[in-house]
Amino acid sequence: MPIPALPAAVPLSWYLILSAVLFALGVAGFLFRKNIITVFMSIELMLNAVNLSFVAFAYQFKQVDGHIYAFFVMVVAAAEAAVGLGIILTVFKNRSTLHIDEVSTLKN
Amino acid sequence: MHQLWLIPIFPLAGAAINGIFGRRLSKSITNVVAIGSVLLSFLWVLKVLSGLGMFGHEAPTTAHIEHYFTWIQAGTLNVGFDLAVDRLSAVMLLVVTGVGTLIHIYAAGYMAHEGGYYRFFAYLNLFMFFMLILVLGANYLVLFVGWEGVGLCSYLLIGFYFLEKTAGDAGKKAFVVNRIGDFGYLLGMLLIFKTFGSLDFDKVLPAAKNMPADVGAGIFTAICLLLFVGATGKSAQIPLYVWLPDAMAGPTPVSALIHAATMVTAGVYMVARSSEMFVRSDIAMTVVAIIGLLTAVMAATIGLVQNDIKKVYAYSTVSQLGYMFLACGVGAFGVGIFHVVTHAFFKALLFLGAGSVIHALGGEQDLQNMGGLRKETPITFITLLCAAVAIAGVPYTSGWFSKDEILIAAHHRHPLLYWIGVITAGMTAFYVFRSIFLAFFGKPRGHHHPHESPLVMTAPLMVLAVLSLFGGFIPIPHFLEPMFPPLEAGHHGMLGWIATAAGLTGILLAYLFYVANPRLPQAFATTFTGPYRWLYNKYFVDEAYDAMVVEPVVQGSRTVLWRGMDAGLIDGIVNGIGKRSRNVGGGLKLMQSGNIRSYAAWVLLGSLVVIVVMALGGGR
Repeated sequence: MPIPALPAAVPLSWYLILSAVLFALGVAGFLFRKNIITVFMSIELMLNAVNLSFVAFAYQFKQVDGHIYAFFVMVVAAAEAAVGLGIILTVFKNRSTLHIDEVSTLKN
Repeated sequence: MHQLWLIPIFPLAGAAINGIFGRRLSKSITNVVAIGSVLLSFLWVLKVLSGLGMFGHEAPTTAHIEHYFTWIQAGTLNVGFDLAVDRLSAVMLLVVTGVGTLIHIYAAGYMAHEGGYYRFFAYLNLFMFFMLILVLGANYLVLFVGWEGVGLCSYLLIGFYFLEKTAGDAGKKAFVVNRIGDFGYLLGMLLIFKTFGSLDFDKVLPAAKNMPADVGAGIFTAICLLLFVGATGKSAQIPLYVWLPDAMAGPTPVSALIHAATMVTAGVYMVARSSEMFVRSDIAMTVVAIIGLLTAVMAATIGLVQNDIKKVYAYSTVSQLGYMFLACGVGAFGVGIFHVVTHAFFKALLFLGAGSVIHALGGEQDLQNMGGLRKETPITFITLLCAAVAIAGVPYTSGWFSKDEILIAAHHRHPLLYWIGVITAGMTAFYVFRSIFLAFFGKPRGHHHPHESPLVMTAPLMVLAVLSLFGGFIPIPHFLEPMFPPLEAGHHGMLGWIATAAGLTGILLAYLFYVANPRLPQAFATTFTGPYRWLYNKYFVDEAYDAMVVEPVVQGSRTVLWRGMDAGLIDGIVNGIGKRSRNVGGGLKLMQSGNIRSYAAWVLLGSLVVIVVMALGGGR
């Protein structure tokens, strides 16, 4: 069965630009937000931006590799979310704060 | 096979037993092990020699060699662990094990109240092992093993009372001075290998003998002089004799065994062993003879005025060793070995007798605090007198035979050697009888309660006394004639008697000085203050060596090697590397802010740089 042709209106570059924009937003959020949960969400945003470009390339080149990578990234992101949220909960329980600059006891 | 290896292995086993288990063994067991091992070795020597027919009229003239295993095989160098017995080593074996046994027995009595008893006997047995290896070795390298080993044991035993600084220093001095000589020996050995392609006596020496006369005079001179440097170290000749008088810091049986009877004669043995090469070089022979004679004279003059009884005998040993080298240097190797043997008898006896005197006086060594011991210690007195007449050359004692033969041989070479030797013989008789008269005659000068030594000490004295008196009748030069052809000395009846007269005059003078008129020595010392001070301070040789050799080396080591090389260069490099790493690290650690977002910023920056580089590189 032939794969239906992509609507010509949406070229690959759009997907990539979107991916880059999302990634940049993630980076900016990671760098500049102070709340740990927001930082955490920024990381998820970056991962998914990358996922988007994987899937877009996979579709463009008709190869399955990109899909597989996307699934791997999702698995990692899920595991990371579980661990990360656990850490965040514990930090909040012990410190009663989620301000990232106040959680710096490991320095020095 | 005659199982030659058993001869040295007995003392080695004794050393191992006493050295490893000695702490837990009782003194009597230590005694049995130590003395028994040497005695077994002596008996085995007798068995081997009689098995070889050495005691018969038709003793073999060639060496009996036993090859055990190839020790070093590298290129053309092939050194086997070989032991050999010929007439020369037969004589040495009998002396080493025979006198060694007597001295071990004596030491059991002498050391009875000393600490470290088992350690002493372990060292002494180990010494016997190495000495026997030295004598039995069938090539220059095995000889060298024994040569170094006896040096080690000498060091250990000189420093036996290591809690006293003088003993430790004396040990170190002996070791260092001997190393200088050993270096010469080593170079000589390498030159032998280069010249002859072998180190075996039975290859090198015939090759040396058969070498045409016009070839190799230079190479023989070089080899012989290098070997002789080794001999001057081990046998305490000028310029390396300085360690031997200090070596008297060790226990007296050690002085008797190692520093009088056996080890110090190793140099003479080695020169005699290499006689085929020495006779090919006139220069080397002359050097040996002159160094020997100079040492004999110099040490004898120092011996005239020393007050420590062991120091007197130590310088006497140096002097007598000089005689032996004089004999070798004039070509009378057999006579030199003869003097080694007789000297082993009477000098071991002198030291053991001195030890008995020191023992009787509770450690007193100064002749000026002795006196009048004739009554209290009669056996020591009589036996010591036997040794004294032997070394002084009273007719028909052992020293008379060997010394006269040396002097006659010297006269054959050059009359001047003879006359200086005769004067030295007179001095020898004087200083030995001076020590006898000071110790045994006159009134007691110390506050001691002397007592005669026990039988375990006096019995060896008596045996050695008999040997000192009658050992000269053993025809050793004749026995060695197949190896060392006698000189055509002709008839020199008169020369012998002149030497004898010199000895008797020395005894008479000593009697005048120290018995008939005891104030005379003091008068002489004040009249001739200058010479007396020179002699009393041993010509200031130690001081001169200190100034010329020791100080420059110490100062050079301190300033150049320690402060300059070690502290400056090496420490500088190491510390510099450390300091530099710390500086770099100090700069880099600023990057480790501990702030996650700054790390993320670095990561971002890094990725951007990579992307930019890739973009500039054309997207590849």
